[in-house]
Amino acid sequence: MPLSSQAEAGDEQYVLIASLDNVRNISNILKAIQFKDHATFLATSNGIKVTVEDSKCLQANAFIQADIFQEFIIKEDSVMFRVNMTVLLDCLSIFGSSAVPGMTTALRMCYSGYGFPLTLFLEEGGVVTVCKIKTQEPEETLDFDFCSTNVVNKVILQSDSLREAFSELDMTSEVMQITMSPDKPFFRLSTFGNSGSTHCDYPKDSDMMEIFQCTQTQTNRYKISLLKPSTKALALSCKVSVRTDNRGFLSLQYMIRNDDGQICFVEYYCCPDEEMAEEEP
Amino acid sequence: MCTLRLTKEKLFFMLTDKVANGGVSMWSELLQENFFDEFQIEGISLEYNEIYLELAPENLSRALKTAHNAKSVKIKLTKKHCPCITIAVELPSLSSISRVVTHDIPVELISRRLWNDFREPSVPDFDVSIYLPPLKTVKNVLDRMRNLCHVLVLEANMNGEMNLKIDTDLVSVSTHFRDLGNPPFREGTSRHFQGQDQDPESLTEVKVDIRKFQQFLAGQQVNPDKAICNIASKRMIHIILLHEDVSLQYFIPAIL
Repeated sequence: MPLSSQAEAGDEQYVLIASLDNVRNISNILKAIQFKDHATFLATSNGIKVTVEDSKCLQANAFIQADIFQEFIIKEDSVMFRVNMTVLLDCLSIFGSSAVPGMTTALRMCYSGYGFPLTLFLEEGGVVTVCKIKTQEPEETLDFDFCSTNVVNKVILQSDSLREAFSELDMTSEVMQITMSPDKPFFRLSTFGNSGSTHCDYPKDSDMMEIFQCTQTQTNRYKISLLKPSTKALALSCKVSVRTDNRGFLSLQYMIRNDDGQICFVEYYCCPDEEMAEEEP
Repeated sequence: MCTLRLTKEKLFFMLTDKVANGGVSMWSELLQENFFDEFQIEGISLEYNEIYLELAPENLSRALKTAHNAKSVKIKLTKKHCPCITIAVELPSLSSISRVVTHDIPVELISRRLWNDFREPSVPDFDVSIYLPPLKTVKNVLDRMRNLCHVLVLEANMNGEMNLKIDTDLVSVSTHFRDLGNPPFREGTSRHFQGQDQDPESLTEVKVDIRKFQQFLAGQQVNPDKAICNIASKRMIHIILLHEDVSLQYFIPAIL
């Protein structure tokens, strides 16, 4: 039996062990960045950062801090591997993905190092599932060099308000234009679709606006296809921070509260659409 | 299409997937007296007082759906344009005269010489007989495993342990159930049971198509009191769902 043989071998073989009482606390966060098949995991003593990228233009990071886990042991400075995200999420939800009151799936995630599979032990109601997911060569993740000192404009909103705006935006539009400015219209989302243009404005003194720090007027366009995956994170989040830097790069940070009331962050970086950038002087 | 066999005491619903040669077959038995106040049957002769017919089960279930709050339901075998099962549903109404809704479901009668094709499926000798865990858990696990792989390996032993496993290039998953219990020898079809002298810890393994194995889970609708799984190594899985009024049997062939 694989279980007993694992127990005999003990935990010495693992370079990373992370245990969690409620698997939903991690599976929900991972779902927020699941838009490509593969994800790169980087574990350090602070926790685990999971990165998913698309077309070298979009990067999503989920941060799962070490204190989210009931047990978090790491024996090297950093541990990095790549796994198939779809497979991982199927494994994590092996006992069902809907929340059943009083029933939680416990998770113990172990990794022995380069070349070894990622081993998951899941337990619910006395039933144990062991998953061994093949790991792949980790790929270098993009460095968007998004530095807070270069941030030009920043707003923090309640997610509800942005969810509403996103659901009303015309998704037939190829791009979404974001205008941030210290003057009117302050914060504007625009689309240009088949049935016309839509603009959605947020006044800076709106109840939904928690922080408004815009220093100069900036208008940038982003591909809707790249922003669309971020709506998964938006749906789960309670607050969102929208920032742009001097190059027009967009950073969306989502604050997500899990079942146990702990806070996690998911971050999306997106390049501006080039055409627009060229028009700028 | 499914076959309905009527006898004086029992009703049988049978499904045999002959076309695929060795497909899934199903056999369910209902005691007539648990369902009907009145029951009359006139078969071919006194000696063979039975009726075999073929019908589309969805027609039957659709017709019976209208009978949800009926005062009474009468089911008859009639001869209209073609042989039909006629379902007369008496529905309550505000006036003193109740409404009657009649459904005719075309059926095909099966002649006497073909009856032998519909005998209770022969049950092979089993290596292991075990109670299944709650079907909802099995369903959840299989739903995920099915996304990852089509072939399920089911292992069980006489020590109440059962494993569901899949293995692909990307991932291997195994779910372990313990303390399930093994039915006593008399129960179900354990007369065929031959695993009595083997080591209770040793696991018997069988491979099946996950989708075929999932089909029996539709049987959780009857909310069975007990679900028994019999395994004939490398041949088949035999599942019996037992309920007060109904018993359902599924025969799922193994993949070699």
